[in-house]
Amino acid sequence: MPSRDGEPLLAARGLRRSFGRLRVLHDIDLSLAPGEVLAVAGPNGAGKSTLLRILAGLMRPTAGEVRVLGQPLTGDAARVRRAIGLLSHQSLLYDDLTLAENLAFVARLYGLARPAEAARAALDAAGLAGRADESPRRLSRGLLQRAAIARALLHGPRVLLLDEPFTALDAVSADRLRAMLEARRAEALGLVVVTHHLAEVWDVATRVAVMVEGRWVCDEPRAGPLERFLPRYREWIGA
Amino acid sequence: MPDALRLALAIAGKDIRAELRSRTALLSAVVFAALVLVVFNFARDPTAISATDLAPSVLWVTFALAAMVALNRAFTIEREHGALDGLLLAPVPRGALFGGKLLANLAFVGTVEAVTLPLFVLFFNVDLTAALPGIIGVTALATIGFVSVGTIFSAMAVRTRFAELMLPVLLLPFMVPPLIGAVQVTSRLLAGRPLSEMLGWLRLLALYDIVFVTLCTMAFSAVVDE
Repeated sequence: MPSRDGEPLLAARGLRRSFGRLRVLHDIDLSLAPGEVLAVAGPNGAGKSTLLRILAGLMRPTAGEVRVLGQPLTGDAARVRRAIGLLSHQSLLYDDLTLAENLAFVARLYGLARPAEAARAALDAAGLAGRADESPRRLSRGLLQRAAIARALLHGPRVLLLDEPFTALDAVSADRLRAMLEARRAEALGLVVVTHHLAEVWDVATRVAVMVEGRWVCDEPRAGPLERFLPRYREWIGA
Repeated sequence: MPDALRLALAIAGKDIRAELRSRTALLSAVVFAALVLVVFNFARDPTAISATDLAPSVLWVTFALAAMVALNRAFTIEREHGALDGLLLAPVPRGALFGGKLLANLAFVGTVEAVTLPLFVLFFNVDLTAALPGIIGVTALATIGFVSVGTIFSAMAVRTRFAELMLPVLLLPFMVPPLIGAVQVTSRLLAGRPLSEMLGWLRLLALYDIVFVTLCTMAFSAVVDE
């Protein structure tokens, strides 16, 4: 689905989310243009993962609206969901299916033409071709993370939402992931990367946002080295 | 093929493939059904009440309890590695998602019933030759209704801490109408009564199916979306 001219890939206005009397997001605004990589950092419990779930359409905001490619992301917005790829804390894979079967199933859900071929190609790109017929339960945490990344990218989303994508990856896999993020940015995708470790995404990010207690305390273009940003970051998070 | 049907079949196919590989729910439900039949067989006093009079109730209590075991798995499989999020994230209308889970559950419960029926004949020595087509028909009619309700309650229960306990608590009250109807039709079939005596109960079962399949399809989005 193409985005209208000048329309951000992803836009959120006045997002609030409460769990009972506990408010975890306070009036969050966000806009993501093609080719932008927004790194979202913050301490544990800041609301980053909740924000990502709302942006992915997995959770309804208490107030506010999310638009993807100019269309509202409501509960049954099946067509808009095609534009979103999510890497969450969990792999979203089934232990009783092989990796190839898992990804072929996802390809079917997204209406890809040749699901089995698409699955094999995605596993190949993730360096998991040799593991295609293995169950996710047999994989190490790092390999599972690579499989989850392959799953998130399989359908060619325009907006990629990544929650701690570098978790459990070894140095080679982390470099490979950074190169993939660069490539997706060059393809004019919009990326939101939630992380505790800014160093992992600093070079890839075009913007940096910091969330503390459900509020933005910073949303600015990335400039200069990370070392210059870190003192302010530590001050914001009270470290 | 319409998109919603294609997606529903893909989801049902995935569930069936996963179950065939693990055989967890299917085997548990079949063993459970056999145990229930054994207990009923030894608990009854054949001199007090004839097998034919008791058989319809025993058959349907067994089907209902075994279905509960099979239905528990419907969304438990989606809990591992947050797979339900993967389904909800995909461009799948919630109605198609419900349809897929319903189809898979019907396949599981239907298989359990197909295995249980011969065991029931064996234990209770009931001649089903003449009544078999009717029994299959009423089983299909009643099963669609309570599996439909069971599918949505399974989705609801899986988000709670005690999913395995919650499902029976939620589902059993809703199973009463189709179970009463099915027992009534089955007892008349076994007694060789004419179809006209069963029409009222069959209409009730059909109405239950239409109402609850429609309601559950419409309400599914409210159940699965946070």
